[in-house]
Amino acid sequence: MQQFPCPWCGKRAEIEFRYAGDAGVKRPERSADDTAWAHYLHFRKNAKGPAKELWIHSAGCGRWFLLSRDTLTHEVAGSEPMA
Amino acid sequence: MSSVKKHYSAWSLLREGIGAQTGWSKAWQDRDPAGRYDVVIIGGGGHGLATAYYLARTHGIRRVAVIEKGWIGGGNTGRNTTIIRSNYFYPESAALYDMSVGLYEGLSRELNYNIMFSQRGMIELAHSEAELEMMYRGVNAMRVNGIDIDIIDRAEIFRLAPLLNADLNIRWPVIGGLIQHRAGVARHDAVAWGYARSADSLGVHIIQNCEVTGFDVKAGRLIAIETSRGRIAADRFGMAVAGHSSVLAGMAGFALPLQSYTLQAMVSEPVKPCLDIVVSSSTNGAYVSQSDKGELVMGGGLDRCPSYAQRGSFPVTQSVVAPLVEMFPSFATLKLMRQWGGIVDTSPDNSPIISPSPVEGLYLNCGWGTGGFKAIPAGGTVFAHMLATGRHHPISAPFDLSRFETGALIDEAHAGVAH
Amino acid sequence: MNPRMAQGGAIDRTKRLSFVFDGVSYEGFAGDTIASALLANGVRIIGRSFKYHRPRGIYSAGPEEPNAILDLRHGARHDPNARATLEPLADGMDLRSIHANGTAARDRLAFVDRFARFIPSAFYYKTFMWPNWAAYEHRIRSLAGLGRLDPASRAASAAHCHAEVDICIVGSGPSGLAAALAATQSDKRVMLIEERPELGGSLLHRAATIDGSQSAAWVSRVSQALQDRGVQVLRRSTAVGLYDHNVLTVIQKDVPTSANGERLWLVRAGRIVVATGAIERPLLFANNDRPGVMLADAALSYLRRYAVKPGKRVVVATGNDSAYETALALCNAGSVVHLADTRPESEIDPALAAAVRGAGVDLLPAARIDTVIGRRSVEAVALDNGRRIAADLVAHSGGWTPSLHLYCHAKGKPQWDSVAGGYRPGSKVAGIETVGAAAGLWDLDAMLQHATASVGGQPGEAPRSGTKVRQWTAPLAAPGSGKRIWVDLQNDVTVSDIELAVRENFSAVEHLKRYTTIGMGTDQGKTSNVNALTVLAARTSQEISKLGTTTFRPPYVPVSMATIAGAERGQLQWPIRRLPAENTHRQEGAYFRDYGGVLRPAWYGVEADAIAHECVAARNDAVVFDASSLGKIEVIGPAAAALLDFVYYTPMSSLGVGRARYGLTLSEGGIVADDGVVLRLASNHFVVSCSSSHVAGMVAQLEAWRQDRFDLGQVFIHDATAHWATIAISGPRSKRIVAGFELGVDLDDARLPHMGVAQAAFGSRSARIARVSFTGERSYEISVPATLGARLWQSARDAGASPMGIEALGVLRAEKGYIYVGQDTDGETMPHDLGMAGPRSKRQDSYVGDRSLITPTASKANRKRLVGILTDGSTPIPTGAHAIDSNAGRKRSIGYVTSSYRSVHLGHPIALGLIEGGLHLGSTSVDFEHLGQSFKGRLVPPCFLDPKGVRLNA
Repeated sequence: MQQFPCPWCGKRAEIEFRYAGDAGVKRPERSADDTAWAHYLHFRKNAKGPAKELWIHSAGCGRWFLLSRDTLTHEVAGSEPMA
Repeated sequence: MSSVKKHYSAWSLLREGIGAQTGWSKAWQDRDPAGRYDVVIIGGGGHGLATAYYLARTHGIRRVAVIEKGWIGGGNTGRNTTIIRSNYFYPESAALYDMSVGLYEGLSRELNYNIMFSQRGMIELAHSEAELEMMYRGVNAMRVNGIDIDIIDRAEIFRLAPLLNADLNIRWPVIGGLIQHRAGVARHDAVAWGYARSADSLGVHIIQNCEVTGFDVKAGRLIAIETSRGRIAADRFGMAVAGHSSVLAGMAGFALPLQSYTLQAMVSEPVKPCLDIVVSSSTNGAYVSQSDKGELVMGGGLDRCPSYAQRGSFPVTQSVVAPLVEMFPSFATLKLMRQWGGIVDTSPDNSPIISPSPVEGLYLNCGWGTGGFKAIPAGGTVFAHMLATGRHHPISAPFDLSRFETGALIDEAHAGVAH
Repeated sequence: MNPRMAQGGAIDRTKRLSFVFDGVSYEGFAGDTIASALLANGVRIIGRSFKYHRPRGIYSAGPEEPNAILDLRHGARHDPNARATLEPLADGMDLRSIHANGTAARDRLAFVDRFARFIPSAFYYKTFMWPNWAAYEHRIRSLAGLGRLDPASRAASAAHCHAEVDICIVGSGPSGLAAALAATQSDKRVMLIEERPELGGSLLHRAATIDGSQSAAWVSRVSQALQDRGVQVLRRSTAVGLYDHNVLTVIQKDVPTSANGERLWLVRAGRIVVATGAIERPLLFANNDRPGVMLADAALSYLRRYAVKPGKRVVVATGNDSAYETALALCNAGSVVHLADTRPESEIDPALAAAVRGAGVDLLPAARIDTVIGRRSVEAVALDNGRRIAADLVAHSGGWTPSLHLYCHAKGKPQWDSVAGGYRPGSKVAGIETVGAAAGLWDLDAMLQHATASVGGQPGEAPRSGTKVRQWTAPLAAPGSGKRIWVDLQNDVTVSDIELAVRENFSAVEHLKRYTTIGMGTDQGKTSNVNALTVLAARTSQEISKLGTTTFRPPYVPVSMATIAGAERGQLQWPIRRLPAENTHRQEGAYFRDYGGVLRPAWYGVEADAIAHECVAARNDAVVFDASSLGKIEVIGPAAAALLDFVYYTPMSSLGVGRARYGLTLSEGGIVADDGVVLRLASNHFVVSCSSSHVAGMVAQLEAWRQDRFDLGQVFIHDATAHWATIAISGPRSKRIVAGFELGVDLDDARLPHMGVAQAAFGSRSARIARVSFTGERSYEISVPATLGARLWQSARDAGASPMGIEALGVLRAEKGYIYVGQDTDGETMPHDLGMAGPRSKRQDSYVGDRSLITPTASKANRKRLVGILTDGSTPIPTGAHAIDSNAGRKRSIGYVTSSYRSVHLGHPIALGLIEGGLHLGSTSVDFEHLGQSFKGRLVPPCFLDPKGVRLNA
């Protein structure tokens, strides 16, 4: 059972968190074309290896934060608040 | 050069039994990659092998290679819970999955390989009146789509699955349910091996331990792949690598609307036959069947953490076992024997992606998520059509990658159909 | 001769225990396992093999046991597949062999073995195809399976426990104990886990000297020291899995405070020391599956721990030194012992050779067993040099396989040591140390030092041993072909099955495993995996190191499903939400149903006409219903309005203070996610309501956009749903009733109009009153602190309002065309499908889902739209019926009925639905189908009563 470091609450068990998508995704303006909007909505990096992800400490402080982890080895590099 | 396929039969077992088993031949040959093929399929799982088979058998295209980075059937095909069904909501899905069930029905004889397809039926339970009412919507949709599906009442459910808890005061009371009669289970490895043997006998090259290391794209067209066993060129390339689709797509320079998660499966110790039908609950997500060897084969929801580790966490294992024990109280006396995971590539609408890719000459068969095994024959059929003609089979057209831009999602997730 | 020795062993001879096996009564002692008790009673055949129904005996003394799986009944406890070598004997146990047709001793299916040649591995893939598998399946299934599930048996729940420690040591053999000792030198929290009731591991049956003491004395001293230093010791506990970030799952047995006697631990350790020892590796020879053939270490264990001599005339067969102790011990216990060592005399330790010869053992160098003779039990052994030796026990050892399961769970990669002929840990895994025999070490002194160092102990601190071990494992030669040599006893797989697999090109390790089923039994290949690789390597002319291993998967031993489920039993599993006033409703005779995870009154009284009466009362008099489960999410701050404008499709910043507005929220895909009424209490204070089943989702949605787009100090979200009870009074008489509550609010319609909200007081506490209606009648929703809900309810009842449940509410709101999101909307429904196109065309600012509303699919002509459906006659079209279009020749669904009721007030059935094109289909007849029945309906606007809303102010 993984353990993630919430930037505010410290290391907590993975069941306290919810995955919220790739980090760094910018929401396009309404003028975006169908392709750009589809990429925002649906397309993913889905990295095998180091990844930067958004997670929510949903059963704790409820804050969103960035988690750097490896999707293959499950090593956790660190976490930080959203920019 | 194709190998002569030795015919399997009770007679062959008798003959070889007397002759100390020396007359059996290889189920498939190990080939060295040639420099060029008409079609190269990346991914030696059920879908990839089936595609190669149908290319050779239906379309007469035999200069085909299946490239597999490990051992064939070693991905999700060898890890799933072996359920075959076609109870999907939308007509596009029904056409695809029901074609698959139909193909599975004749597959053992067609491949001369017993895939042990047991059409024992599948029940999905409703645990409240509200759920049962929602189930009517789905059942009617499926009936219009020609799926053999019925609503069944408590009495019939307990007749078919006597071990279910009949108490109405439990957390998951059985209020009613639906049944698909032609649904069931099959031996997953046998599907891969059966297709491999037949494809091989038709001249397809099956190349194991061969990993793609790069894509040679020139002017927007894929002309060759680099692999750990050399460079391979082809007119068309098909990718059927499930959970690794985004990795390979990334190598080829484009992104996909997929997220790879671990899906766990687990088996109990084997016991004498006690469950003769597949039972599932879309509310708590757990489902169970009994293998021919006697193990209860169980599964449930995803580990909702992006992962390629194929392991899964203990809390999710618990979340599969706990509802099953509640629904089948005598299961609590059994022991969990083994637990494992696969990498499932889930799409935003829980429907597959069968499509040309943004790179010319490279075609995609992915996004099956937790439901790829049941679709192997159909996936192979429509993907072979696409690789043979460069165009969609009518049944695969709705699953084109472009649907995410037009908004024409086939949202089986929200149609309430469990995976 | 009684196999039980007159003296010795760790059993308690003062406590006799009775048990039954296959209908015959026997006795054992406290401290016996079921296996040792059976052996003590001379029971040789304890089961039949899975495929060939060959007689089988006890093979080992631990979790690696492949044969001794029994059906166990003891009091209320039933285990269909109990492992006799691990299960302590208890008085009154009723044991049965499994899988035999009859008893283990007399199996009617024993003849199957004669047809073995026709049913090798994977034979079932090559036949049973005509006419189809169904014709054979039933028979084949009945021949498979081990034990039999008892449909009436139940297992109580187990407790789960969490622990966080600095160092967790798994295994209390010499290395584990040394590591534990060293770990206590610093100020760390230390846990020690041991499978058996006693600490000591192999020291319990193998003689050694450590720090000048005999094994037992040393173990005793160390156990005391660990206890004194506060080490948490879990006995009768097996570490079954190692998960991410150093979490161990441990199954502890004999827990008196746990209902099923077991407890599952989740232990997160800073460091894990794997001291799990090694499992003896079998030798391979013909008929090596006969009763009386067992592992040499097991024979020693039964002799020393349980005072059971498993044979009178023994052949010890080995290629390494460890079995010499077995030969010696059995000889000293009075057995005739022949020791066949595959090594030539020149390779055997002279001291060992002298010791065994001196005791009277017949040492035979360069000798190998060719075959075992005897059908139901060992009668003799034929060596490869032709010599035949009469025997009733073959104790064999092919070396040792380190137990690397936990290391492998943690993704460690074992590497093959061709000198030792075994695996040892390869890659280093952070946070995991492997010590002792598990690390492939055999020399006791070296093990003790290594284990001490592994936890940071100083070399000088390590216990020391003079007991010298030279060679405990060696490469095993692959056997020749042509005989029946078992590799996997439980799944009945032989060397010729491996050869067949190779012949058919199933030579990848995983293919071999799946083709032959080697290693897929309940013993998980503990005694078969390495031998299978040896044979595979030989037959494919490869080195074992090139083959790779199959993946070890948790659990290490099978774990009870009741134990895994833990406390998630019954109503504790995904607990249903309840109303604060539930007891009041029960007293009122409410019939409850699960609505989206909330237990709510469906109706009050007896169903037959309860719903109809409630509907009549609502439209003609006054009803009270409990709306407490609806969301009440406070959105507070200067940016509250801006946040709601972004999250809602319906703009909220223009909502006046003291007013309420109905709005929809969308997903980013433009699909209707939820609806509800938003109340504005002040310019910076909103209360968002949403449907009961969507509260968590709505809170998450608000928080997500709040944290992404807003200054966190400018807007806060507070889920107050559980803090308030909301009681609604609805109907023409509602105003008069509410006036009697003395809420401190002016109820004049000009002061409190429909969709108005005001602060109020209920007794001394704050309350809130809103004129929001889901019935279409004048309605007042009064929110009070949750504990006062029952009192408010009672006030309404005392004033003559009759109780109304959710079923009647469903009818009333449908008469008005008020939707239930998720029922009258589906995974495709967008707001303009519901007739709410305003914001889509008018809003210029950004909101969730905006761009999705103008994709090609969002704009296509024949989208499903919300409609009303009327039918002739008095039978409602069932909910879930589909509208059918047959024009194109093929039947096609064009939508469905989403809600359908008998309307008492209107006197005819009404329904809502989502139909392609909506009302553009006109009022022509539409065909519907439901489970084979046909219906006809016509489409009308989705509001059947009072479209102008006059009744809201009646």
